[in-house]
Amino acid sequence: MQEDINKRIVDDFVANDVSFVTTVPCKQLAGVIDEIDAREEIHHIPSNKEDEGMGLCAGAFMGGKRPAIIMQNTAIGVTINTLATLTQYYRMPLPMLISYRGELGEPVACQVEMAVHTKALLAQLHIPTYHFHHRDDVEELDKIIKYTFMCNKPVAILTDASFWGGY
Amino acid sequence: MIRSEILKEIAPILRDQLVVCNIGIPSQELHAIDDQPSNFYMLGTMGLASSIGLGLALSQPKPVISIDGDGSVLTNLGTLPTIANNPAGNFILLIIDNGSYGSTGDQPTYAGRKTSLAKVAEACGCETVVECAAEDTGRVLQEALDSGEMTIIVCKCESGNAKMPVITMDPVVIRDRFMKAVSA
Ligand SMILES: Cc1ncc(C[n+]2csc(CCOP(=O)(O)OP(=O)(O)O)c2C)c(N)n1
Ligand SMILES: [Mg+2]
Repeated sequence: MQEDINKRIVDDFVANDVSFVTTVPCKQLAGVIDEIDAREEIHHIPSNKEDEGMGLCAGAFMGGKRPAIIMQNTAIGVTINTLATLTQYYRMPLPMLISYRGELGEPVACQVEMAVHTKALLAQLHIPTYHFHHRDDVEELDKIIKYTFMCNKPVAILTDASFWGGY
Repeated sequence: MIRSEILKEIAPILRDQLVVCNIGIPSQELHAIDDQPSNFYMLGTMGLASSIGLGLALSQPKPVISIDGDGSVLTNLGTLPTIANNPAGNFILLIIDNGSYGSTGDQPTYAGRKTSLAKVAEACGCETVVECAAEDTGRVLQEALDSGEMTIIVCKCESGNAKMPVITMDPVVIRDRFMKAVSA
């Protein structure tokens, strides 16, 4: 089941011509990152920090590729300046598949501390935000990716523990 | 030599290449010396010139030169391992190392003290790293372009800024004309 959802997500990215993906791992994202790594259609460049990854994506976009970033919600803080002064200021599209740690089912208390700020920060940045809680929510991913490249904005897809099927 | 003198000297080389230029006075100087649609000026986001340049180089075949600063590389030091481990033969990172945060009033950086960015780049796994004196930048840059090998150039120069106007071009215009130059 877990494998199916990872494959499904990456299929949607590939079907939308996303060919440059940067990642910083999260336990919840391990399967999808493995799947990204395994696909020939996708150039996977792991980054050391998420703002660095957004810089790579900006370059890839200007080079004619459709980029995406996969990261944990704890990275929202370190990427705010980059989202505002690079991605949004220059009007670049960026689908952000984000593990929403610190939600129901979370075993690590510290993760809750950024979870409570996650949606507020994204809302403050006027970033369109979708929250995947039920397994079926993945059905919207294809449309969300199309929407991102239609409007040239960063768009957040928050994926919580319930969506991933717990720990 | 200070940064603006180096940029003046290498402008004829830069003119025909895709250039991603560091935030602040470096971009203002390049813009004033020789504005080109093939220049991507960073108006903010200190530290990401090297990342943007690498992403661009990995995504299309034309040579890309990122003009960075020592302070900006220090703030995004994680970029060097990423560059080293994802080599692009069409990528040149030109670090203008004036040992200071030039744009904000020449406050000293650690690169001007004990830290060698060339050695850091080597330790990160970058295979072709050239440290040079300001006067040699043009020659070293041309050799790097001719070699077709990914090269990190650390150009040691004096601290100081030329007085140039702020860039008032809209960011979307900068990006749009740059993308047209990329795909031309
Ligand atoms: C996050 C952030 N912190 C601080 C600044 C202010 N700032 C703008 S340019 C700059 C100096 C950059 O120094 P360097 O990369 O060495 O370039 P130089 O001007 O010396 O060529 C600083 C500190 C900023 N723009 N963003
Ligand atoms: Mg400097």
